[in-house]
Amino acid sequence: MDALVAQLQMQFRDYTISLYQQGFLDDQFTELKKLQDEGSPDFVAEVLSLFFEDCVKLIGNMARALDQTGTVDYSQVGASVHQLKGSSSSVGAKRVKGLCVTFKEYCEAKNYEGCVRCLQQVDIEYKTLKTKLQDMFNLEKQIIQAGGIVPQVDIN
Amino acid sequence: MAEVIRPEKLDISNDTSSLASPELLHVLAVDDSIVDRKFIERLLRVSSCRVTLVDSATRALQYLGLDGENGSVGFEDLKINLIMTDYSMPGMTGYELLKKIKESSAFREIPVVIMSSENIIPRIDRCLEEGAEDFLLKPVKLADVKRLRDSLMKADERAFKNIMHKRELEANDIYSQLKRAKI
Repeated sequence: MDALVAQLQMQFRDYTISLYQQGFLDDQFTELKKLQDEGSPDFVAEVLSLFFEDCVKLIGNMARALDQTGTVDYSQVGASVHQLKGSSSSVGAKRVKGLCVTFKEYCEAKNYEGCVRCLQQVDIEYKTLKTKLQDMFNLEKQIIQAGGIVPQVDIN
Repeated sequence: MAEVIRPEKLDISNDTSSLASPELLHVLAVDDSIVDRKFIERLLRVSSCRVTLVDSATRALQYLGLDGENGSVGFEDLKINLIMTDYSMPGMTGYELLKKIKESSAFREIPVVIMSSENIIPRIDRCLEEGAEDFLLKPVKLADVKRLRDSLMKADERAFKNIMHKRELEANDIYSQLKRAKI
């Protein structure tokens, strides 16, 4: 049992570190984890869940705003991008946030192709992050079910 | 001869019924982002604060009774120690909310903290000039919240200590009088 726990813990550690190294997550995610405790054991999962719902909503807004036959209201697109940039920043979704910065610039330049490209990329990116984090949460569950505790991972 | 009760034995230090508990600051947090509301709520709870969340400046004014519907009737007992508001919100901004709060006689003394994801100096200056207690860059840090709470509690604690000191002096005065009378 202990060997299994140790193996799972190592897997979890390696996986978490890789997410940071590949730029999926940044320090803010670490801050979220610090706010989690026995009293609020699902805090991180809950915030991320709200974030992914937000992604669906905001990306939908952006898509609709860009889908206008006629003139596109770039300030409308930009408003949704700004909101997504804010929430991705709050949860430590580094790649999503980075894309929003670029996206915002294309909005300001009223660059249609640039905006459409960013929209596609941000859609892929949030879905990728969602899958990665699901895998990470599953590893946590497995560790707990095997009778172990989820280790604190020191990124630095 | 009856025993004179010394002031230390008098249970004067536990009568805090007239004072709000120094531990539980009540914070009104205003943000249109559901993610940010969840986050600030956690920061505040971890810092032992009581939290009320609203999703717009309009709702904040409704909560405070400043929306012109009720006047401040019934809102005198509403005890808010701190208001934290996002700057960029659809409809009324955090800056406009700040101005409305500072214009109200009931709530102008409440510290208002502005939060923003954008580090724009003229914006920060404008908010501070309008009477904001502080301007925090998002994402807000736990250290920021703790610092705010500590400084507010120090102000509360000073007021509390002054009252306790006064009571102690009064009790000592009574003790001296009783001793002289040799009851």
